[in-house]
Amino acid sequence: MNNKVVSSLREAIELTGLKSGMTVSFHHHLRNGDYVLNMVMAEIARMGIRDLTVNASSLFDIHAPLLQHIENHVVTKIQTDYMSGVLGKAISRGIMETPVEFRTHGGRPSDIELGRTPIDVAFIAAPAADGMGNCSGKYGKSACGSLGYAYPDAMNAKKVVVITDNLVPYPLLDWSIPETYVDYVVTVDAIGDPNGIVSGTTKITRDPVGLVMADRAAQVIRHSGLLKDGFSFQTGAGGASLAAAKFLKDIMLKENIHGSFGSGGITGYMVDMLNEGCFQSLMDVQCFDLKAVESIRTNPRHQEISASHYASPSARSAVVDSLDVVILGATEVDTDFNVNVHTDSNGYIMGGSGGHSDTAAGARLSMIIAPLFRARLPIVTDRVNCISTPGRDIDVLVTQAGIAVNPKDAELRQRLVDAGLPIVDIHELKELAERTTGAPTHIAKGDRVVANVIYRDGTLLDTIRNVPAK
Amino acid sequence: MRRSMLFIPGNTPNLLINGAYLGADALIFDLEDAVSPDEKDSARNLVRNTMKYMDLRRCEVIVRINSIDTDYWKKDLDAIMPQKPHLIMLPKSGCAQDILTADAYMTEVEQRLGWEKNTVRLMPLIETALGVENAFAIASASPRVAAIFLGAEDLTADLRCKRTKGGNEIDYARGRMVVAARAANVDVYDTPFTDVNDDEGIRVDAEYAKSLGFTGKASISPRHVGVINEVFSPSQKDIDYAYEVMEAIRLAHEQGRGAIALHGKMIDAPIVARAQQTIAMAEEMGVGKAADHE
Amino acid sequence: MDIIKKASAGTLESSDVYVEIEPGTQGIQLELESVVEQQFGDSIRALVQEVLAEYGVENARLHIADRGALDCVIRARVETAVARGKGE
Repeated sequence: MNNKVVSSLREAIELTGLKSGMTVSFHHHLRNGDYVLNMVMAEIARMGIRDLTVNASSLFDIHAPLLQHIENHVVTKIQTDYMSGVLGKAISRGIMETPVEFRTHGGRPSDIELGRTPIDVAFIAAPAADGMGNCSGKYGKSACGSLGYAYPDAMNAKKVVVITDNLVPYPLLDWSIPETYVDYVVTVDAIGDPNGIVSGTTKITRDPVGLVMADRAAQVIRHSGLLKDGFSFQTGAGGASLAAAKFLKDIMLKENIHGSFGSGGITGYMVDMLNEGCFQSLMDVQCFDLKAVESIRTNPRHQEISASHYASPSARSAVVDSLDVVILGATEVDTDFNVNVHTDSNGYIMGGSGGHSDTAAGARLSMIIAPLFRARLPIVTDRVNCISTPGRDIDVLVTQAGIAVNPKDAELRQRLVDAGLPIVDIHELKELAERTTGAPTHIAKGDRVVANVIYRDGTLLDTIRNVPAK
Repeated sequence: MRRSMLFIPGNTPNLLINGAYLGADALIFDLEDAVSPDEKDSARNLVRNTMKYMDLRRCEVIVRINSIDTDYWKKDLDAIMPQKPHLIMLPKSGCAQDILTADAYMTEVEQRLGWEKNTVRLMPLIETALGVENAFAIASASPRVAAIFLGAEDLTADLRCKRTKGGNEIDYARGRMVVAARAANVDVYDTPFTDVNDDEGIRVDAEYAKSLGFTGKASISPRHVGVINEVFSPSQKDIDYAYEVMEAIRLAHEQGRGAIALHGKMIDAPIVARAQQTIAMAEEMGVGKAADHE
Repeated sequence: MDIIKKASAGTLESSDVYVEIEPGTQGIQLELESVVEQQFGDSIRALVQEVLAEYGVENARLHIADRGALDCVIRARVETAVARGKGE
């Protein structure tokens, strides 16, 4: 065999020996533009294979056809780190017999490597690949930048199929995943819709409340004692988090602070920080926008890292262990600082941990930015509907009505008080939120478990119940 | 203490209910320029209910009503005054008569409510060439006037000049406003700095306004509020000096001395008044004497 | 005085509520669609009834689309719709 290219997806699946009851895996770098998961599952369904476990690093609305495969028992179990609203709602309604297993972006590669969640066949969407399977996310019409989440699948699955819409002559330059792991290569017309893969640009919020919170978050970092040469930082891609990154950049430039690295899902704002000297390098497990993709392709200081390198708790060390500050979001925070990013206010699944609890566990300062209430729903509550990240890993909650510091961080609290920042007790925030919105009627929970939330170390953190039909 | 005043559009629930969290000493709920003519009734109801039912924390409330050449201003006052705003802002104030017209109707509403006259004070917005020339007459037209406020956007249009970041074109108006306000013994507020993304520009502009004698400054962006508060707050040095002045007076009284000197300088009534004002602000800000921190 | 014409107030933006009112003959017929139906549906309906009673509206049909408005906002929008519906 002078190369691994097979004539069709079907042939590749047949060659892998995939059978009913096995596990297939997918990465989510093509996000809501991904065609590959649907195309593979449709082919598998046509072949009459059933009772599969799908292990995907994340699932988006574009993957709604999975619902049909669930109904037809082609798919009977799902393992993932994140699930957006369309699938989440159906799962919450109770369409699966076996509960979904939610892991974190660090827990997933850890469990794969430890053999807790073995993968029979990994299907790896590749924006560029050669005939032997060397592949990369940086080049081609479907470029997505980093392929970080695909590494553990490629390195540990029994069979690995690379699917590309950009087959290049051997050897592909600047490959990310090497041919040594790849069994078969399949070419298709398109692996995804570029509009859904990356945002053109990610934008900071224009909402005044978001800006006020972002300003405060930047001030917390400034006065935390951590903002000095060698500083490392990660932030989510939410509007207020990005605004905080921008304000932080202004502070770092003004005070001439040279940080060490920025990590995580990377946006254009982090690229700006790299280029303007705020960081020595970026450690990129996933690119969120075109600017990040362009940067990882052209700037050697913008480095691709695998999911394990990013966040695995069983790796000898991971990037999150060296992180100074992380800014995270929340759909709910409770007075014990537990954070929910899995379910919405009606109890439906609409997210997942992603790297939330990994970075919170690793970073010296884990900060949540969240408004006191969204529309009419209080965000700070007595008890979150689902614990995605335990409160012991959260240090600070920034809201528009003040900053709450976890009682375990007495020294940090004093620093922030001395800096004149508005520090309040988290119970006060809870009361204020409820006084403003009125006390909500508690939502009805069903009696069936539809998902298990597994912490990064493999222990069960919480369960999610079904939402009963009205 | 009113260092910063933040404009909040009167028909936008999300901003009205969050206004009190944005750090400003005072909120200006705007029924005028921020509200289209066919939504005036809606905004009026929204602002009234917000004032009535929302906990606005420590924020003062100022309502910018529509100008007296419209059909809206009396309805605005009818709806808003019962909620006891700290101030009513009267736009396009051009001469003393404008103030007297508004004053007369406010008195009528106060009588209807069984309130004392001048329960709700007035802050004329001066934003025309005529208004600037009449600034002292406006500021002293009625004891109801508590402050005057410069609006540079409309003013520069009236002056037929360009509004610039440096603001040379409004130098005369700024100077004249401060002099008029101080002569009439009322407060005086500076126009907003309109480039919401220029973090340095707002500081320069606010410091300049303070150096001219303005009491405080309005803003259209919550992001500017922090800088305005900072610039218009007394410094620790000012605060310490104010306490020294008061201590010197106490000692002089004890010893039955008339003339009081501090660091070889005579302390007269204006210095005492200023010291009292500074201490009042410091107390409201929760800042004490430097020694209290040690 | 009752509602004499169809009128509306508010918007569909977050934290706002859109209220449509029209003349009716069979008491208050209220149709509510809310993003916080589970948490606040009943209290919103009670509030709307209360405001209508305050303004002496006995017959009307209302369609309300709530985007998570606080009580003071709901009150304001209903008042405006009523005033407009009365031709004030």
